[in-house]
Amino acid sequence: MTIDKSEYLIKRHNKVYEVVIGLEVHAQVTSNSKLFSSSSTKFGAEPNTQVSLVDAAFPGMLPVINEFCVKQAIKTGIGLRAQINKRSVFDRKNYFYADLPQGYQISQFKYPIVGEGTVILDMQDGQKEVGIERLHLEQDAGKSIHDMDPQNTLVDLNRSGVALMEIVSKPDLRTPNEVSVYIKKLRSIMRYLGTCDGNMQEGSLRADVNVSVRLKDTKKLGTRCEIKNVNSIKFMQMAIDYEANRQVDLIEEGKSIDQETRLFDTKKNETRSMRSKEDAHDYRYFPDPDLLPLEVNDEFINELKLTIPELPDDKKKRFIEEFKLTPYEATILVSDIETSKYFEEVIAKMGKNQDIKLAVNWITGELFAVLNNKNLEISQSPISAKNLAKLVNLIKNGTISGKIGKTIFELMMDGDKDPQIIVEEKGLKQESDPKALEALIDKIINENQEKAIEYKNGKEKLFGFFVGQAMKISGGKANPQLINEILKKKL
Amino acid sequence: MSNITSLSLTSLVNNIKNKKLSSEEITKAFVDRSEKSKELNSYISEDFSNAIDKAKKFDKNPNLDLKLPGIPMAVKDLFCTQNIKTTAGSKILENFIPTYESTVTQNIWNEGAILLGKLNCDEFAMGSSNETSFFGNVLNPIDKGLVPGGSSGGSAAAVSGQLTPVTIGTDTGGSIRQPASFTGIVGLKPTYGSCSRYGIVAFASSLDQAGPMAQNVEDCALLQEVISSYDKKDSTSIDFKRNEYSKELTKDIKGKKIGIPKEYRIDGMPKEIEDLWQKGIQYVKDCGAEIIDISLPNTSYALPTYYIVAPAEASSNLARYDGVKYGFRANGENLIDMYEKTRSEGFGAEVQRRIMIGTYVLSSGYYDAYYLKAQKVRKLIKNDFDESYKKVDAILTPSTPSSAFKIGEKKDDPVSMYLNDIFTVPVNLAGLPAISIPAGHDASGYPLGLQIIGKVFKEQEILNIAYAMEEKISFKNKITDWWIK
Repeated sequence: MTIDKSEYLIKRHNKVYEVVIGLEVHAQVTSNSKLFSSSSTKFGAEPNTQVSLVDAAFPGMLPVINEFCVKQAIKTGIGLRAQINKRSVFDRKNYFYADLPQGYQISQFKYPIVGEGTVILDMQDGQKEVGIERLHLEQDAGKSIHDMDPQNTLVDLNRSGVALMEIVSKPDLRTPNEVSVYIKKLRSIMRYLGTCDGNMQEGSLRADVNVSVRLKDTKKLGTRCEIKNVNSIKFMQMAIDYEANRQVDLIEEGKSIDQETRLFDTKKNETRSMRSKEDAHDYRYFPDPDLLPLEVNDEFINELKLTIPELPDDKKKRFIEEFKLTPYEATILVSDIETSKYFEEVIAKMGKNQDIKLAVNWITGELFAVLNNKNLEISQSPISAKNLAKLVNLIKNGTISGKIGKTIFELMMDGDKDPQIIVEEKGLKQESDPKALEALIDKIINENQEKAIEYKNGKEKLFGFFVGQAMKISGGKANPQLINEILKKKL
Repeated sequence: MSNITSLSLTSLVNNIKNKKLSSEEITKAFVDRSEKSKELNSYISEDFSNAIDKAKKFDKNPNLDLKLPGIPMAVKDLFCTQNIKTTAGSKILENFIPTYESTVTQNIWNEGAILLGKLNCDEFAMGSSNETSFFGNVLNPIDKGLVPGGSSGGSAAAVSGQLTPVTIGTDTGGSIRQPASFTGIVGLKPTYGSCSRYGIVAFASSLDQAGPMAQNVEDCALLQEVISSYDKKDSTSIDFKRNEYSKELTKDIKGKKIGIPKEYRIDGMPKEIEDLWQKGIQYVKDCGAEIIDISLPNTSYALPTYYIVAPAEASSNLARYDGVKYGFRANGENLIDMYEKTRSEGFGAEVQRRIMIGTYVLSSGYYDAYYLKAQKVRKLIKNDFDESYKKVDAILTPSTPSSAFKIGEKKDDPVSMYLNDIFTVPVNLAGLPAISIPAGHDASGYPLGLQIIGKVFKEQEILNIAYAMEEKISFKNKITDWWIK
């Protein structure tokens, strides 16, 4: 097996297989109340404290659509550049399970609220378009807890009835890396829109992964297997890698692949058969007679369009044009809405005569490193955008050197300290007075006559020695640019 | 006043308003007669002592502006009533006590009525004879050994036997009109969307509709006025302008065009039904209405369509009764075993039959041939009515193809039982309002009903026609009180 930068192909006995991947992402709609009831959706509450009579399917209880969730789904559809269907229908998906109180899940089968759309992936070697097949609204089920009681399975219905968006991609993905970029892009778009918080740990974003393989340069799709309910990008990638190789092995052994649903065992790093096509549930979908078809008009959709913020693709374009960022820098800065906000705030606070390049380097360099180490979101950054802007300005206007900047940056983390104050308190202001620096350099040359002669005779490496001496003696405060200039003149 | 229970609702209300009768006197009279009528098996749950307490409380500070001031009333046990057991006639809900109230019953209590108890019905409203109830069959007050019809059989028997002044039933395929016809009372199935389904145990959601059952048309109009309301808790509830049906009631139906559908003249229909229909036609003519022959060509497909759509919805609606959350639970080896035992023991044979039919017609591979086809035919049936209503204001038909039959007579022959709904089912499929009024007797002296079908939201129109006909017919129910020792 080899992995190029852009290709993910499986090689066996001179044959090369391509992997075809499609995702069904389940994204929990950001909403205070559930899809068909007024119960709270807050995560982490005591079991069965957020359950209405509707959620628990008491006799005679009826679902009433939550308009806010409909708006969220349409906004997401707009973010996916997708067709918004003015008429959609809620269907019942019938199956028995202890954590499914109604005995059916209300979902959308034939007529989803959102149709075909596109997501653009920024790959290292350019952009890739991934088709969206559809987005539909559905209810989440409750949670069965099998390990709390030795005799019984316990059921928590807090999640029962929470609104989900199922976003189905076309089989356009080819590599585990693309899957990762796709999930991150979806999450980014939904976070920009405020329609899903994308929190995979809390289960707000999970995916069923469809995998098939085929000989490279052939058209016909292979038989696919669906890996159910994978809840991290890493596990998705591991599952795809395992599953694709399993399928290739089967083909190479002359065996056929059964269309089936599989589970990914994260401990053993393998997929296992859950149920075959023959055992597949017959969900007996039919339109829910308790709900009328969902109809929205152009006015409703257009009003929602007005609320759509600048999305990552547009923002990236603007960052490149307005701030002269490279596509790579722009991609990094727009990938998360909070990061882009932080960046724009830094730029705003820097005022006139700003050095955007320098700001980008500080954000993507020092700041990201700190956030990574401390496992913090940028919204929890120990250094505010305002103070980072000040720091960048202090470097830009020569008050401090970049090196001193790093020292100050460390000190700023203690309570988001103002870098200006740190400079003053610690006397870290850069020495930029040419006369003082000339005196300093004269002194160094005097004390190192031999080295100065060696340099003049062609040992150019020694230039660095003189710079180092100047920095050392000045305690790092000497303006390195001026030191360079003066040294060149004097030596 | 010795004969309180024979008074109409309207006259009871007047007596209370004129302070000739107290709520306590009236309530005690109905409780007393109900106590003596246990043999009819009309009640599943009685709430008599509470009812009398509430009546006394009402009398202390009576609000006479209400529409049903201090009037006692028993209701079908398909309506969820707060803190009062609600069984839907099923073992699976034998001990289920809701913490909530259905919108329709709440509307009734809001107008001052007092709950007497919960009335027997076919299990989950599936039946035409009240023989599928887990709590035993109901006897028709008309004669010994006779079914009261179904599914609102307990309700019909209770009104006919004067155990309650009026009541409410539910009608999915004829469950108000057929028992009304069998017991010689008036029953109205309102337009789909007129009465909220919130808090009514669901049978087939796209067909279920609550409605009033009464001794006469005026009482029926008054109760419809109370129970019909727009309700945001039911997404299929319709916000239309509702009449004050009892106030606006008129016998003037001159010039109204009444359609007579030829397809309702079915093979093997007893001559007495045909004669009754002809009499009905004469009555409306006498009232100054015009008779117009119409055609509803898809009528013969209504019954098969109904017996696909209703079981399909029921199979899904009843999935929630699984022993996990409430209601009856049988012990099982594991989850699946518990499901199977709970549902095998908790549901009766007819309910299981319909769940099986419904599951089958929705199954992949059969969905298109059955459910989808049935939905298309349903649209054709509705189109038939729409076409006819371009020419007529209402349609007159018999309510049922026969009078009440004997207990056990059709119990083991579901198809013959289903045929009972042949005249009522098309109305549910089309979502129309229809009323059944008693119009005569057969050779045995058993009551026979006529059905007037209206346009959507035109309850007032069919109530008026029924009101006018009622006067001409001057029907007298032959109740001998044979069950009172």
